[in-house]
Amino acid sequence: MNPFHQNRLHIARRELFRGASAGIGLPALASLLNPQGVQAEQGAGDVLPGIPRFAPKAKRIIWLFQNGAPTHVDLFDYKPRLKELHGQPLPAGYADGKRFSTMTGQADGKLMLANVEPFRQRGESGAWVSDFLPYTAAIADKLCFVKSMHTEAVNHAPAIQFQLSGSELPGRPTIGAWLTYGLGSETESLPAFVVMTSITKDTSCGQIFYDFYWGSGFLPSKYQGVKFRGTGDPVLYMSNPNGMSRSMKRGWMDDLARINELNLQQYGDPEIATRIAQYEMAFRMQSSVPELTDLSGETQQTLDMYGPGVLEPGTFAHNCLLARRLVERGTRFVQLMHGGWDQHNSLTTELYNQCRDTDQSSAALVRDLEQRGLLEDTLVIWGGEFGRTPFIQGDINNRPRWGRDHHPYAFTVWMAGGGIRPGLSYGASDDLGINAVENRVHVHDLQATLLHQMGIDHEKLTWKFQGRQFRLTDVHGHVVRDILS
Amino acid sequence: MMIFLQKYSVVAILLFCGLAPGLAQDAVDFNRDIRPILSENCFHCHGPDAAQRQGDLRLDDRDGAYRVIQPKQRASSELFQRICSADDEQVMPPRDSNRTLTAAQIELLGRWIDQGAVWGDHWSWTPIVSPPVPVVESTADWPVRNPIDAFVRRRLAEKGLSPSREAEKSVLIRRVTLDLTGLPPAPDDVDAFLHDDSADAFDKVIDRLLETPAYGERMAWEWLDAARYADSNGYQGDSDRTMWPWRDWVVDAFNRNLPYDQFTIWQLAGDQLPDATFEQKLATGFCRNHMINGEGGRIAEENRVDYVMDMAETTGTLWMGLTFNCCRCHDHKFDALSQKDYYSLFAFFNQTPVRGDGGSGQTAPVLAAPTAAEKQALEKHEATSRDLQERLAGRDRELQQMQPEWEKTRLAALTDRATWEALTATSLKADFQNLQQGSDRIIQASGVNPANDSYLIIAAPVGPQITALRLDVLRHASHTQGGLSRSDSGNFVLTEIEVTRLLDGQSTPVKIASAEATFEQGDLRVARAFDGNAGTGWAVYEGRPVDRDHSAVFRFEQPLEMPPGSQLQIRLRHDSVHVSHNIGRFLLSVSDRPDAGLNSESGDAIRVALMTPIADRTAEQRQQLQEAHRAEDAHRKTLIAEKTAAEEQVKSLNSSVAKVMVMEETRESRTTFLLNRGLYTNPGDAVTASVPGSLPPLPDGAAANRLELARWLVSDANPLTARVVVNRFWQQIFGIGLVKTANDFGVQGEMPIQEDLLNWLAYDFRSSGWDVKKLLKTIVLSHVYRQSSIVLPQVLDVDPENRLLARAPRYRLPSWMLRDQALAVSGLLSSRQGGPSVNVYQPAGVWEDATFGRRTYNQDHGESLYRRSLYVFWRRIIGPTVFFDNSPRQTCTVGVYRTNTPLHALQTFNDVTYVEAARVLAQRLLTTGVTTEQGRLKVLFRTVAAREPSALESQILLAGLQRSLSEFRQDPDAATRLISTGEFSRDLSIDAVEHAAWTSLCLAVLNLDEVLTKQ
Repeated sequence: MNPFHQNRLHIARRELFRGASAGIGLPALASLLNPQGVQAEQGAGDVLPGIPRFAPKAKRIIWLFQNGAPTHVDLFDYKPRLKELHGQPLPAGYADGKRFSTMTGQADGKLMLANVEPFRQRGESGAWVSDFLPYTAAIADKLCFVKSMHTEAVNHAPAIQFQLSGSELPGRPTIGAWLTYGLGSETESLPAFVVMTSITKDTSCGQIFYDFYWGSGFLPSKYQGVKFRGTGDPVLYMSNPNGMSRSMKRGWMDDLARINELNLQQYGDPEIATRIAQYEMAFRMQSSVPELTDLSGETQQTLDMYGPGVLEPGTFAHNCLLARRLVERGTRFVQLMHGGWDQHNSLTTELYNQCRDTDQSSAALVRDLEQRGLLEDTLVIWGGEFGRTPFIQGDINNRPRWGRDHHPYAFTVWMAGGGIRPGLSYGASDDLGINAVENRVHVHDLQATLLHQMGIDHEKLTWKFQGRQFRLTDVHGHVVRDILS
Repeated sequence: MMIFLQKYSVVAILLFCGLAPGLAQDAVDFNRDIRPILSENCFHCHGPDAAQRQGDLRLDDRDGAYRVIQPKQRASSELFQRICSADDEQVMPPRDSNRTLTAAQIELLGRWIDQGAVWGDHWSWTPIVSPPVPVVESTADWPVRNPIDAFVRRRLAEKGLSPSREAEKSVLIRRVTLDLTGLPPAPDDVDAFLHDDSADAFDKVIDRLLETPAYGERMAWEWLDAARYADSNGYQGDSDRTMWPWRDWVVDAFNRNLPYDQFTIWQLAGDQLPDATFEQKLATGFCRNHMINGEGGRIAEENRVDYVMDMAETTGTLWMGLTFNCCRCHDHKFDALSQKDYYSLFAFFNQTPVRGDGGSGQTAPVLAAPTAAEKQALEKHEATSRDLQERLAGRDRELQQMQPEWEKTRLAALTDRATWEALTATSLKADFQNLQQGSDRIIQASGVNPANDSYLIIAAPVGPQITALRLDVLRHASHTQGGLSRSDSGNFVLTEIEVTRLLDGQSTPVKIASAEATFEQGDLRVARAFDGNAGTGWAVYEGRPVDRDHSAVFRFEQPLEMPPGSQLQIRLRHDSVHVSHNIGRFLLSVSDRPDAGLNSESGDAIRVALMTPIADRTAEQRQQLQEAHRAEDAHRKTLIAEKTAAEEQVKSLNSSVAKVMVMEETRESRTTFLLNRGLYTNPGDAVTASVPGSLPPLPDGAAANRLELARWLVSDANPLTARVVVNRFWQQIFGIGLVKTANDFGVQGEMPIQEDLLNWLAYDFRSSGWDVKKLLKTIVLSHVYRQSSIVLPQVLDVDPENRLLARAPRYRLPSWMLRDQALAVSGLLSSRQGGPSVNVYQPAGVWEDATFGRRTYNQDHGESLYRRSLYVFWRRIIGPTVFFDNSPRQTCTVGVYRTNTPLHALQTFNDVTYVEAARVLAQRLLTTGVTTEQGRLKVLFRTVAAREPSALESQILLAGLQRSLSEFRQDPDAATRLISTGEFSRDLSIDAVEHAAWTSLCLAVLNLDEVLTKQ
């Protein structure tokens, strides 16, 4: 095909996809399972807005999203002055006029609270990581800590949605949906965008995992994340009817296809052809998903590395291992969400469980990917929707009930692989960990950077909705080039 | 897969060429050709949004644009010069805007200028007039049955296309039955139609369908999506709500064909109609279907503003087809809507007493909507209660006569000790606040208002023994709203009370055995104040501003000896996460009586009254004595207990009766402000309720309230409503609207593909008295609707989306209709209408996973499993998994979701809903008396596809049947398992292997593309 034709074909096909979104029933060729979608056209010229000519540094992303907001000043952001001011009121000038949750109200008069566990510098890079996270500490040289993150919302759901979709309100596509829309899929038998959730057991807080956290917003619903469940079938309705063997199903699928072919001949509707193909893919998924979740081929060494619970579906450790298996098999975006980080009054109690359940397997995932040569082009990101107040929530004299409230003005995330510079601590908050002050990184900057690593100009990946071109980063966002390797 | 791809590629190329401007000879039309270019490329900086406007130039109105346009002279028009400029500094749109004009667009603009640059108002803003109906020839193959056909035929002819012939009758009856009732036709109905050769055979079918109750159930679905109806609030708490009486009202309104203008007025403002009926008030539940946020830490006013915004935006979308939400924060970038317009519309809905706190699914104002049975039971218990009230009054009269005797006896028995002695503190201390005890021994907290606080009181003993401690929590003017504390609500949370005896430097903790309180708020029970857990406690909020004092009595496990020199230490802790819920004013007392309780409170007063000579007693004292007498009377106690029981019945009935959140007006009007950046914390200028300035105004003298807004929406002056509504009904039937962007009739929305047809329909609909059934009948009677849906290659090339309707639409049924169809063809479908929503089959753990086990899915059983999809419980944070491609019912949605993914194939083949339907359908086939396989297959096809199978189809399927039979014979256990799917009883007289094989065949047939599709 000559380049001109290819170009035309490409534009026309994209128009078709758009049409399909509004419900005109044309074949959904860039379907979540279809590797021949948009991705196949990459390199066909400058026709795809947002798919540039430079080679992407990352082919996949695994986002270890820590719901509830991990406390930056107890885990990554070491502030010796908090210890000096422990029990003293917040000095003036740090939080004047700032909005906090109604649980805190005004920050005036709040007492500062020192970090609960000691910090140490780790590895050759000397990154600060507290004793809460020994496994993460041990791989500090592989990680890039961004310590100057800041965001807008003070409540969980809006802040999580903001980080994942660029908007506090539900209704916009999340980053996984944008990437699937922009890049298509690399696997024929697994979804391109997979979500798994877990929570530390017996935690006293419980934010819900809303399905709009992996929604496709106004993009066609085929781009939304497929949630693998922790109990029962990983994908709903994956198992054949009880009593119907796979061979019997195969026979009926063939019969169905033959009769549908007859209907296609009579009606000429391309949608029938798509349906035949999608039934076939469904059949393939029925074997590929069980194969994915069958861990019997993993070595004991690997299982041990991820830690206890790795064999128990629904745990964070299990999900981390599945994340590796998914990216190995071509899934482009894996979103793991782990709840329970909302330590309003449990810094000295539940925070330990929280770290125990996530530290080892997060680090194991990075190591495992590296050992398999996957870390190079897989970007792993670890962090929550905001940080926690460097001042106390609760009674300073009642240590068992120490807590910290929501804090959007400074927090830390770490990234590994995918063309991000390892061994770097980037940006800084002020001496009390209250405001990000040096090399500030806004959530939209983080999003722009993630898209950039996937080879996409965040200003170019757009969708027209309600008369306006929307994008993940709204009208903001700058790629944080300093952290790219 | 590649084969299909290439096939579409060819289509796609042709499509592209077909759409490229090839209109060199045509007159340029401003609305069709020019405004879209200007809007997309220029309005962002030169449009309605004053704040964004560059160079003081606006191109969205004629006067502005003519500053840079010289009609008939493109060369001297600055606009044209700038778009052609090669100069990076000069060219428009600017290089960095991410927008570029194509050569064809530039040429189009040039030609438009050359042709005189004729300006036009945006089409949807112009009054609706009925266009002349084109005259086209009616032929046997392509009859013109009504004006719809004439308009469509003319447009097709312009494109060199012809319509299709009428579909086969069997196709037609299945199509129209699905469209009008959401259910497949019964084989008898198919036969009757096939055998009816009269000219109006199809008319009769339509009339019959429009009168079935299933019609209203079918029509309700899209409206529930649009109205964001759900059975829970959404967000974190996701409490249940009981809005289903409103849902049933919608079904009923469609069934009795309530004119659409009334449908509109009732739902937006039924409460404001003169002498509003129950139904009219119920209809306003529409406005209250928005999500409610019960998340902790949320600010009530922020929530309330969100709710009002949702009401305003939903109204904007559903009646005006305008994307008002853009104007929350700024003037609209494209449409003539300002931010002020937004808040002026918001103001109509801002006058309700709805509050933003609490997160209840029955947030006031609510309307109780009892069922007939509930009404009857209520009346019965209310009558009992009234009767007992009379008997009680009689007993009181008797007691009155016995009063002097009683007083005499009581006086004789008087002891000289009071029940409760107030404590005097010797030490009084709080962590943060200042505590002070008055001469009345009441303790008041003051000073800073900390989030949490702890009080330590040490008191000297008042006697040798203590059996119980009493805490009276008292209101005070210095507290919030004169309540009990300085928290946001005036409520307090006592998380822990600790009592210790101090003696000779030794502290002995005192164990509390039991307690009672004047009120306990839900789980915040008084026992939680001495459970050793600082995370729990006692609180007293009664769902209304605090309006009384509260007390608690704590009884010790053992009477506490208080030898001389001992002191009593009491610690009151307030460690709640609820900020500042610290008791503000209180009195501590102790008693030495074993029976000391809350009701002994007036003991002192009774003693005093009795000892006062009768003549000297005050009225209050006389009353106290009377009440004390009554309180002791056993007969009276029985009567009261019975009356309480009856009242409890009434109360529990009332609380279980569905309460629908509805609209009311506040007594005092609330001032509405423009909110800068849409933030409730950032009010700007005050605005008054009014309709958008660029649309016709409210009539002179009309009040600026919801009722007048609703009347204005359906008035003849309004250019939008009829068009927007008709377009949605068209979309419901044809799968895509005449305006594809059903939610956007603004300049960035699509121009109608057939503007005169839309105008004709809108005008006709409005003139008919907004008669929905008549509109639908007109549509489905047209030849356009009755055409075959066979896709012809030459048409697909020119019009791949079938916008011009050279054939009938062909779409996969919505998932809710697929479920109803499966239930109907299997005979499982329940015909019961209305009532509370039901929980049908759902894989285990879906709710539990999503809510950490806080919401348990309790599946219903029996007939409830087979109710229509309309009645399936919709949990907002995780909708029923049996449906796919549906609106999530979170905010107003009018679009159509229609995708084709493997996940759907997994569902319709593996979900117990479909497997059970297949198995019950197989059971029917095997028990109807038809004994041949061929005969059964015929019945099956007639039931699910309204036709008989072809020879080839029979051959394929019967071979499949044989295959399954032999496999099940090898594994009869598998056969039994398959036919045990679902809860419907199985006919054990049927051979399991045969039943299972037929089940597998039926399941395959239910998954045929034809069966999944309206074709």
